[in-house]
Amino acid sequence: MKREFCDLHLRPKLEDPNQTERIILKASEMGYRLVAITFPINATEEQIENVRRACEGTDIECATRVDLTPRTPEQLKNTLRRVRRKFEIVSVLSETKNVARQAAKDRRVDLLNFPSLDYHRRFFDIAEAELASTGLAALEIDIASLLVHQGPTRIRLLSMFRRETATARVFHVPTVVSSGTTDEILLREPLAHVAMASLFDLSVEEAVNAVTRNPLHIYNRNKTKLDSKFIAPGIRIIGKSKDC
Amino acid sequence: MLKRNKRRYVALELECDNTPGLEVFSDSLWTAISKLYGEYGASKTGLAVIEYNPDKKIAIVRVHANAIWMIRAAIASMTRLTDNPVATHVTRISGTLKSLRTKLQNR
Repeated sequence: MKREFCDLHLRPKLEDPNQTERIILKASEMGYRLVAITFPINATEEQIENVRRACEGTDIECATRVDLTPRTPEQLKNTLRRVRRKFEIVSVLSETKNVARQAAKDRRVDLLNFPSLDYHRRFFDIAEAELASTGLAALEIDIASLLVHQGPTRIRLLSMFRRETATARVFHVPTVVSSGTTDEILLREPLAHVAMASLFDLSVEEAVNAVTRNPLHIYNRNKTKLDSKFIAPGIRIIGKSKDC
Repeated sequence: MLKRNKRRYVALELECDNTPGLEVFSDSLWTAISKLYGEYGASKTGLAVIEYNPDKKIAIVRVHANAIWMIRAAIASMTRLTDNPVATHVTRISGTLKSLRTKLQNR
């Protein structure tokens, strides 16, 4: 079976349609079959449509994604209520522990991302993983952060990634490896992501799953839920009779 | 009896504006590997630049087969060549130079 590589975190500058088009085309050439483009919360239908149009000429499928950075758990819940049915992928970039905990247990959150370089502000610990294992959220790791930093910062990052992926493994929380890039020069082919994942002790099989099966599963699950025929898990409209 | 190290030939494609000379490219490659794995790790890769074409922006390097993921990671981590932003991509990997060249021609 041919693998379908995914990158769930592309962050092109949406105000520059050419750059967005270039980055999508490049991802397609590199062998990705699914990319998620990050939109602002208040993205218009037109913006989303423009990106989908850019994907049409390629053999790549384009998902919509939003990165939430709430300050409080209440703010997270309110924002989720507004955006969940608008975007296919919802990620939470947690800056505080309370937000991280709420994000981990909320079944509307797909990805947990910790952008901080500070050891104490990355909250993917045992408690977080335990909560995430009861929900649907996966741990996301951005490879771009390993490319832009060097020396002691990269060493610290690798150490934190290693600790987080090990915790995720123990609690069966899926790991997703994405590029997280804003610039096409930092985009790498899927197997380069697999190779980079070996730096934080993911086995080849785990790393391949992190760029194929895990992100694809999240996308397919949400695509089904966002379908107008979806009622509840296992229940969908298959047709309507005239007297309905 | 001593087991012979299997080798892999890796075709690379450079994405940059100003392509540097062979020496700069080779140095950058070694630096990337030593930064990630240290000198001890770099010594295990058996890296050698076989071919480098700055005009076509392609290169072929030879590595030990068991160090292929190390090389892939090191190549991916290269972001600069003499202060110019660069992205280096692995396009093909093969067990012999001959088959690699055939594969590259058939692309």
